Amino acid sequence: MNNNPLRKAFLFLFVAGAVGYGLGLGTDFLVTSILNFSGSVASAFALLFGFTAFFFGLYGYRGITRGLVWQVAGTLIGAFLITGIRAALGATPIFGAFFFSEPAWVFGALAGVLSFTFGVGIMDDWVKWARGFDTPEYHEDEPGWEKYFSVSLDHKVIGIQYTVTALFLITVGGTFALIFRAELAASQLQFLTTTFRLFNQTGPQLYNSLMSLHGMLMIISILLGVSGIINYAVPFLVGAHDMAFPRMNAFAYWVAVPASVLLLMSLVLGGFDTGWTGYPPLSSRAPVGMQMFFLGVFTAGWSSILGALNVIATVLRMRAKGMTAMRLPIFVWAGIATSIIALTATQLIGLSFQLVMFQRLFGMGFFDATKGGNPVLFQHLFWFYSHPAVYVFVLPGLGIISELLPVFVRKPLFGYRWIAMSSLGIALVGFVVWAHHMFTSGMNEYLRVPFMYSTMLVAVPTGVKFFSWVATLWGGKIETPTPMLFALGAIFVFLLGGITGPPNAMVAVDLHLHDTYWVVGHFHDTIFGGFVFPFFAAIYFWFPKATGRRMNEFWGKVHFWLMTPSFLMLTFGMMFIGLRGMRRRIADYDPALGFDNAHLILTICGFAIALSVLIFFINFFYSIKNGEKAEGNVWNSRSPEWLVPSPMHPHNYPVPFEVVGEPYDYGLPGSKYVEFANGKTPKHETKRVGTHS
Amino acid sequence: MRNFVVVGILIILVSILLYLGLDAAELMPVAASAQATPIDWMWNVQVAAMSILFAIIAVPMFYSLVVFRRRKGDTSDGMHFEGNTNLEIAWSTIPLFIVVVFAYLGAQNLSDALRRDPSATVVKVTGIQWSWRFEYPSDPETGVVVISDELHLPVGKQVLLRMTSSDVIHSFWVPEFRVKQDLVPGRFTELTITPTKEGDYKVSCAELCGTSHAFMVKPVVVSTQEEFDVWFKEQVRISAELAATPEGKGQLLVSQNGCAACHSINGAVGIGPTWLGLFGSDVELTDGTTVTADETFITESIRDPQVKIVARFETQKMVQYTFTDEEIAAIVAYIKTLK
Repeated sequence: MNNNPLRKAFLFLFVAGAVGYGLGLGTDFLVTSILNFSGSVASAFALLFGFTAFFFGLYGYRGITRGLVWQVAGTLIGAFLITGIRAALGATPIFGAFFFSEPAWVFGALAGVLSFTFGVGIMDDWVKWARGFDTPEYHEDEPGWEKYFSVSLDHKVIGIQYTVTALFLITVGGTFALIFRAELAASQLQFLTTTFRLFNQTGPQLYNSLMSLHGMLMIISILLGVSGIINYAVPFLVGAHDMAFPRMNAFAYWVAVPASVLLLMSLVLGGFDTGWTGYPPLSSRAPVGMQMFFLGVFTAGWSSILGALNVIATVLRMRAKGMTAMRLPIFVWAGIATSIIALTATQLIGLSFQLVMFQRLFGMGFFDATKGGNPVLFQHLFWFYSHPAVYVFVLPGLGIISELLPVFVRKPLFGYRWIAMSSLGIALVGFVVWAHHMFTSGMNEYLRVPFMYSTMLVAVPTGVKFFSWVATLWGGKIETPTPMLFALGAIFVFLLGGITGPPNAMVAVDLHLHDTYWVVGHFHDTIFGGFVFPFFAAIYFWFPKATGRRMNEFWGKVHFWLMTPSFLMLTFGMMFIGLRGMRRRIADYDPALGFDNAHLILTICGFAIALSVLIFFINFFYSIKNGEKAEGNVWNSRSPEWLVPSPMHPHNYPVPFEVVGEPYDYGLPGSKYVEFANGKTPKHETKRVGTHS
Repeated sequence: MRNFVVVGILIILVSILLYLGLDAAELMPVAASAQATPIDWMWNVQVAAMSILFAIIAVPMFYSLVVFRRRKGDTSDGMHFEGNTNLEIAWSTIPLFIVVVFAYLGAQNLSDALRRDPSATVVKVTGIQWSWRFEYPSDPETGVVVISDELHLPVGKQVLLRMTSSDVIHSFWVPEFRVKQDLVPGRFTELTITPTKEGDYKVSCAELCGTSHAFMVKPVVVSTQEEFDVWFKEQVRISAELAATPEGKGQLLVSQNGCAACHSINGAVGIGPTWLGLFGSDVELTDGTTVTADETFITESIRDPQVKIVARFETQKMVQYTFTDEEIAAIVAYIKTLK
């Protein structure tokens, strides 16, 4: 990346941030006559001005910059509109704790999201069509990095936009974790104390907000990362030139940006103290930041749903000739199963959050016992999505593992059909287990038993995957460059996550385990094994395809060998203290429990993981322009995308291919997976994949 | 072939070593309830299962990484086999059978852990942000109802906790007793516990309930029946004595409604202002004005907490309580005594 725009961008960030802070401080002083240095208004202004100026410096007033400016404008206009209507109707108070009243903030935020989509330009073609004008089918992208900050219809650009946004959210969510892990390193409150103030919250309140946002930012980053890999890879894996609906694809990405802004705004608008799960009645009495959280997640849900729709349509209708169902790359099966869940289940979290929003805004007592409502109902609605959601998180990653193993083991994927079906099986069974999150909730005692049965059932298709992976490794010729290391690490870590599941499924045991760090260890294992490790594997693997260069192999290995033991120690430690009495979501713990040493170790592990990710980022950004050139079939893969030069052509395959064999027939001499229409199919050679270290 | 035999032996070895190691690690806290017996039994079964499952996958995986790694100079591909339908059927149906058996055992296990004793004492539990309120059966002699923020239990006798919340969802948990149950506003949930070991434990809230969730911890004392009776009689005496005066009634109300979670009586600044020296002092409000903390002010602060907010305490909203006028007057009288 040219240094000048980047330097300008950071300069603008700091200057505008400072200016914004001053303006915010001044506005706050005008209204409250107090100089609130750690208050929300000054910080909100600083963040908004700073971020917008960053992109302006980088890139000028277009694309994301314009989107953000319109989002701010839309939010203000919408909020003032509601304020005016309420004033006219005689509602009081006209203003609220954070200047606008809650209804004004909610409507403003919604208006802001819609304004963003118009500002960034994703609505342009649709508006033209609505007015009766035609537009070209394809839009030529600007050369170079600039295309990533505007609307592009190229699935590969969108995939990278998703991936980079996911990495950004991981950084923010991870930083929040480092902050509260620093507090937890010793018992007794060290800096997040009752007298500490930031964003109108005391230390313990801020702890709850940071912890809650850590959860949700990470979850959104997973959804975006999953969309990133799927969007990037699925079209060229099936031989299509793009997704079925490129504009909807771009929309699904761009709507996630204002959604992220809302989530970040929740921190400065009073935060929220409910965890990412947002249970009422606590969430119905939380500050207005709670509404930003609800709306942010609701908006991000559109991204999931529309993205899933696109994937299914593409795979059903745009496959290359000869690509029958049983000759699809295995990752595509994973993508289908994931998309089926995302398409149909996401609505439930939107609904559950919407009902709490209505409870807060209109007094509708869905979950309020004094109005005939039932708090446990929320949990059913919420978990009906949020359990299948975890399969959205992990199915693509498990698909990456299945996709990569044959390449680095040089033998077929064992039991391809069964693995393909297991993804669908997990998706299906995943819909009927949700109440295992509610064993202590007060729902009907006996209802816990069928959910125990169904939860145990998920182990069967998951087991099929594990056994198949082992059988794929068995008898192979195994090499371990960085992508393979992460795939193997993923299997090991996901194994730990998987085997620590059944104790939770046993209801009586869960009575002890629920809401402890045992569960936190369990889900960090499943998430890292099912998403984080495969996400890194996929990036290291397809980086040459996207850029024509390799990431540095040595530093890739450093990333892996620093992250993995630290992470394992982290989750073992979490499970250990959880069993012995460490509850979840607590800012402080009793010194008498004797957990101080364990917590210190956990904090150190967290920082080590962060360091390994930093190393990854440096490697990633450096290698884009300076990595070792890798324009051919770097991994010696049979998959069609590696049989064309890197970086990939905008429409993937100028010369189409036909599927003439099995995708994973490594080790079968003379076998071919695809043949290009011009008769010039690169020869798949049997040779060592260079590891360069 | 030989590889399979070696892997088979290694799987058995690793399973056993892992199980022994995990068992020796004493992962669970001390078991102090009858309910812990079936739960710890099932936990043990799970540890064995985890050890075996871990070995079955990890051993062949690491074995392969060593034995089947590509040697220097070798450019050939791996063995070409695509699958084995019999193996697939085996490793689908056997686990299916095993998980169904486990779920069945789990159901039995749950029923064992929830076994009820019809003669159990009933203690009513209310979760409040951020304290516990335990209401014991009334004293047969005097009719006094003891309400305490501590749970005292006689060893060996089952107690039936009938629980609800007055605000948000909380959860009752004593790790040594194992069982846990949420407290839900607007409904009653129940938990049966039979303590089997005398000692001092703590009940902690196990469902995020707001700012001070971490500190919603109170003592649980398990003692002999005699010691419990002594304690109970003492509580009856104290209750009766305190109930005789307004200040005493106020003190009782304060301890029973968790006010201490936010208001200290020793001068420490908490979520709310301290009560030490509060009465009669000058208080600065968030709107810049200063008022005197007299009866009127304190009464209003309890009845309508949001009307006047003390400066530097605007981040936390005090809950709306439903005290009667008489109760509020008693609390004010008590606060007056805190000089």
